[in-house]
Amino acid sequence: MQGFSSEFSAALALIFRGDAELWSIVLLSLEVSILAVLISAVIGMPLGAALAVARFPGRRVLIILMNALMGLPPVVVGLLVYLMLSRSGPLGVFELLYTPTAMIIAQVVLVTPIISALTRQVVEILAEEYAEQLRSLGVSRLASVPVLLWDARLALVTALLAGFGRAIAEVGAVIIVGGNINHVTRVMTTTIALETSKGNLALALALGAILIGIAVAVNAMVSTLTLRAEQEGLRHA
Amino acid sequence: MILNLIRANVLLFGLSALSVAAEEPFIVVQSTTSTQNSGLFDHILPGFEAETGIDVRVVAVGTGQAIRNAINGDGDVLLVHSKPAEEQFVSDGWGVERFDVMYNDFVLVGPKSDPAAVKGGDDIVAALTAIAETESTFASRGDDSGTHKAELRLWQPIGIDLTDVSGTWYRETGSGMGATLNVASGMNAYTLTDRATWQTFGNRGNLEVLIEGDPRLFNQYGVILVNPEKHPGVRSAAGQRFIEWLTGPDGQSAIGSYTQDGVQLFFPNAN
Repeated sequence: MQGFSSEFSAALALIFRGDAELWSIVLLSLEVSILAVLISAVIGMPLGAALAVARFPGRRVLIILMNALMGLPPVVVGLLVYLMLSRSGPLGVFELLYTPTAMIIAQVVLVTPIISALTRQVVEILAEEYAEQLRSLGVSRLASVPVLLWDARLALVTALLAGFGRAIAEVGAVIIVGGNINHVTRVMTTTIALETSKGNLALALALGAILIGIAVAVNAMVSTLTLRAEQEGLRHA
Repeated sequence: MILNLIRANVLLFGLSALSVAAEEPFIVVQSTTSTQNSGLFDHILPGFEAETGIDVRVVAVGTGQAIRNAINGDGDVLLVHSKPAEEQFVSDGWGVERFDVMYNDFVLVGPKSDPAAVKGGDDIVAALTAIAETESTFASRGDDSGTHKAELRLWQPIGIDLTDVSGTWYRETGSGMGATLNVASGMNAYTLTDRATWQTFGNRGNLEVLIEGDPRLFNQYGVILVNPEKHPGVRSAAGQRFIEWLTGPDGQSAIGSYTQDGVQLFFPNAN
């Protein structure tokens, strides 16, 4: 480990000199993960909210299942998506394997359970609060979903961030379905895995520091926006 | 602001997706970590891409996984290093024809303290026997890669049951070459590695080359076009062009001119 810290700062310097290749990798990571989170939100939020208000046999089982799916191992998801998108798989004709689209699909599978499970929790509490009101207005349970989602929007930001954290940090799925192809599907985490396997530990760690920096920046930005929206809400109330 | 950011990203992504679709032709090459980690592809591919306009997309995994991916049709060209498995791949009909491309060699690396006292010899089987007898820690790839298959062939004449000793002094990492070298470096273990990965590896710690030069450590790389009759999606024209270039004078001299710290890592030997 001798000279590790000097190696590390050299790697950091290299990175902050604005290496074009590195920044295209950072940008691809953000594109893939942000899109995956948005798609997951479109699927997961209505699903979670519906599960929060609907009453049907097997609901508990479904909730347990959804909560458990939050812990899906990325490698398994990567493998499943690979088998679907492979030329020998059912969706092989679309030629999606080893493209950013394949990586987004894998991350959607990983993130949707997180967003829907957290949404379910938030909306269920809100639905209890609003139960009287909604009943007096004659709104059916499922029809109340949009209203509940809208009123829970600030709390749901946390669900989005949790999903984003999972997506941006994940390596097991994207390395299988993306293939870590230079200039095509190489993202932050797969670059870190590659540099580690080359024994360039200082560079890998420096890249890790950037990844953490990105996560902090995104969280800070969103929390600032949330705070501002909260204050605005108070002013209107 | 966040909406703008999202819009910018959607736009960017849309553009990059578009540019991928409208881009120059490309092929997917299923290959091994040793060729990628050593930097060989970064050295030779720009020449081919400039000459033909064909973008080469390399997926670097172990030989075993590369072959399985190619069997599934998830690649146009296979470039790996386990001749028996490659010949099997062709005779099973998954590949069109196998061509030699280049070679280098495996080396046995281990801790400088060398508890099995193997340093300086040139008999790899004698060295492995000494490691087994002294029960010195040995890190095996354990991942069905070309290097793993070569290692298993070297253990064969010694006649020890590796599944028996697995988990004791014989440790199977189930990972790539670089990851296994990291493990060996971390626990001062012996391991078998291809020379290219070793030469470019940045975390050697206490490890050094102990055995080299045994003819049994020869490491041949071969290239095969995935059979378009099995997978009609295979980009066979572009793939064929790549194989011809790689085994032709331009590709061969590009391979031969690649050095790292003055050491040549791959030796072209196409017929």
